[in-house]
Amino acid sequence: MPIRVRPRTSSAPLWAALSHAGVTNERWLALPLAARRAAIAAGVGLLLLVVFAPIFGFDASAFVAYGVFVVLYVPSWERRLGRLGRVVLPLAVLGLVVAYPYYNTKLFTIPILGPFPDVHTSVVMLIFVMMAVGLNVVVGYAGLLDLGYVAFYAIGAYTAAVLASTQFAGQTPSGAAKRFFAFGAVGVDKSIGGIHISIWILLVLAGVVTSILGMLIGLPTLRLRGDYLAIVTLGFGEILPQVARNGNDLFGTGFNLTNGPQGVTSMDAIGFGNWLHKHVGLPANYLNAANSDNLYFWTAIGLVLITIFCSLRLRDSRLGRAWIAIREDETAAAAMGVPLMRTKTLAYATGAFFGGVAGAYFAEFTTGANPDSFDFHFSVAVLVMVILGGIGNVWGVLVGAAFLAYLDQAGLADTGAWLNVHLHVNIDVPKYEFGIFGIILLLVMLFRPNGLLPEARRKLEFEQGVEDQPLYDVTA
Amino acid sequence: MSETTTVTLAAPPRRLRVVNLVPAIGLLLVALLVVWLGVNLVKTPRVFLDALLIGITNGSVYALVALGYTLVYGILELINFAHGDVFMLGAMIAMTLITDVFSLHGHVVWYVLWPEILAALAITMAACGLINATVERVAYRPLRGAPRLVPLITAIAASFILENIALATKGSNYVSLNTGTSGAADFLPQSTVFTIDGVAYTWPQLIVVLITAPVLFGLLWLVQRTKQGKAMRATAQDREAAAMMGIDVNRTISFTFLLAGALAGAAGLIYAVYFSSVRFDQGFQLGLIAFTAAVLGGIGNLPGAVLGSILIGLIQSFNNTLNWHSPGSNWTQSIVFAILILILVFRPSGLLGERTPEGG
Repeated sequence: MPIRVRPRTSSAPLWAALSHAGVTNERWLALPLAARRAAIAAGVGLLLLVVFAPIFGFDASAFVAYGVFVVLYVPSWERRLGRLGRVVLPLAVLGLVVAYPYYNTKLFTIPILGPFPDVHTSVVMLIFVMMAVGLNVVVGYAGLLDLGYVAFYAIGAYTAAVLASTQFAGQTPSGAAKRFFAFGAVGVDKSIGGIHISIWILLVLAGVVTSILGMLIGLPTLRLRGDYLAIVTLGFGEILPQVARNGNDLFGTGFNLTNGPQGVTSMDAIGFGNWLHKHVGLPANYLNAANSDNLYFWTAIGLVLITIFCSLRLRDSRLGRAWIAIREDETAAAAMGVPLMRTKTLAYATGAFFGGVAGAYFAEFTTGANPDSFDFHFSVAVLVMVILGGIGNVWGVLVGAAFLAYLDQAGLADTGAWLNVHLHVNIDVPKYEFGIFGIILLLVMLFRPNGLLPEARRKLEFEQGVEDQPLYDVTA
Repeated sequence: MSETTTVTLAAPPRRLRVVNLVPAIGLLLVALLVVWLGVNLVKTPRVFLDALLIGITNGSVYALVALGYTLVYGILELINFAHGDVFMLGAMIAMTLITDVFSLHGHVVWYVLWPEILAALAITMAACGLINATVERVAYRPLRGAPRLVPLITAIAASFILENIALATKGSNYVSLNTGTSGAADFLPQSTVFTIDGVAYTWPQLIVVLITAPVLFGLLWLVQRTKQGKAMRATAQDREAAAMMGIDVNRTISFTFLLAGALAGAAGLIYAVYFSSVRFDQGFQLGLIAFTAAVLGGIGNLPGAVLGSILIGLIQSFNNTLNWHSPGSNWTQSIVFAILILILVFRPSGLLGERTPEGG
């Protein structure tokens, strides 16, 4: 039975409808870019004015947001200003994002979804973005399905939590702390004991430890075929949380590594210390600051930027091209001299690094690591983020992760409340979060398997197929 | 490697021989396991025997689920993650039938009891078969030509959707077989069949085996002796060649899913009767254990799945109950998954199976 690849032209019905009005694809593409964008923006504006405003009420901030969108989008800055133009748009967007804590409360309410996320939610969203971009290296670039990404996240979280808390304090018979070691930590006192290393160092250290463990896991298992590898990673994702849960008495020796089911609590604060605070003005201690959430938010933006930068540069490097070659055809890549094991292991280690850093930062943000937050659903949630946005495409993954993390944190509850009020039902929508994720995953895979914002190369793969491509068409 | 090339002009350079440590390590592990079991048997024979009986009973429930995995993997090379959730739905359907429809309770006469249990079994099997075939139709068939990992992802999606269907209909608490008077499943005879050294083998345990065994033999007969079974085996070997021989491949695959689902339904009923409570999220975990069993026996191999399931059941119950140096029930899940990983890494073809064309 020949496997026919159906050409996927998802916008075909739209064009068929428009061609009756004399607008064909060719005529549309012949217009200048700015004119096309102006038409799209006008369409969005019309929708806003005619549909949304009468239903949900007029709101000045919505129109301000629309104005900002038009100014950034329509004049096609990236073409107009040449090299400079390529910087203007990203910088403007970045500026808007950085300033978010100053205007988020003044924004309008999104129809159905509810108000814009607050800063606390935004921090969680950014951490998920970091994790999804990291997983994208493994799944999107190298094409290795990892169903146990939560293992890396847990390792990062515990590495940071254990080395910046009173976990290893021990006690003398009189009840005082036995050990104390501090290196660059802020706001700790000798009397509490334990190991206290600066969070900034730990963020890197957690990444390094995680990627070393990722390599150790990867070396024996990466030889396996795709679906077997998925199962092995799933197995590790199930084992590690159990180790964390039982790690308060390892091998019956009484050695307490992870503090068992309670988890590690009361991690140190993140901060720059008093000297830098006095001389440069950087915050001394995030937890004591009045705008604590904002500080976490800006730091998370910094981490996300570093992650995206590394991810993009790696993709275009020799290594990244080797990853993509392996994803498209392992045998051909090996024949071209790509060392399979080393390349795959490095993909695994890179993904693990970002997962570890994200885990460490999340532990810091929630001041502790708890074994209950690490289960299979978590791995799948991150995977859905990667797949929904557009597997392989960093920007798609960013949008997918931010949106799904928002749904997870606040959006589903708000949407559920809206539905219950307007449809007169009583459904606990957040309870069915993973059913909803499952439906999203299924629909995306069936109808748009390359995601909402597909990577150009990946899209070609899906439309034309990568294997068994005949030289000439037999059935024609 | 080159025994066949006998004519050589010059003596080949002597190769450095690397001792292959993998079989040695494997043998060492097995030897340690035997020693551990032996010491436990000598020290506490009664506990050992009890664990043995429990292990065989649990193993036969796993076997029914593992067979579904192995059937589907054999024909599509797809890990049907939704299978465990089909099993869980089966347990819930069986509980609903037993408590609400037939309202079985203690003191039902045997000639009413057994036909009703068999009817419940048939209905549960049919329902689960239909659910599984529907999952195939919706989530896997449209993606036949897609890259290999795509149906794996939709399998996870299907698993979550089934899980949430159970959550929506039965709630987030344990659903238990509440038959009224003297506790769960009190309509079954509770007396002991035989007693060895004070360890009782009860009727419910025997009934599990009594339902499992005919289903297994029926399945073997179906796959090995009937025309439909031949079509299944042909499709598993080479889908395109089977299609050229006039086999309706899509129908055969649907039938395989129906069969696998029916087995999961039978397992669900047995689980409902024997353990008498189930929760919406238990299917996935148990499914993973059954999948491990299928891999241990050699995926795609029907007797292998049964052997692997019994072994996994024994390992679990030994680890949970033996006293001398056993890691204890906190680590059971980790041990099962560690076995899965070790098998996949060192012997991907499993204990009995040969059919892994590129497995490692």
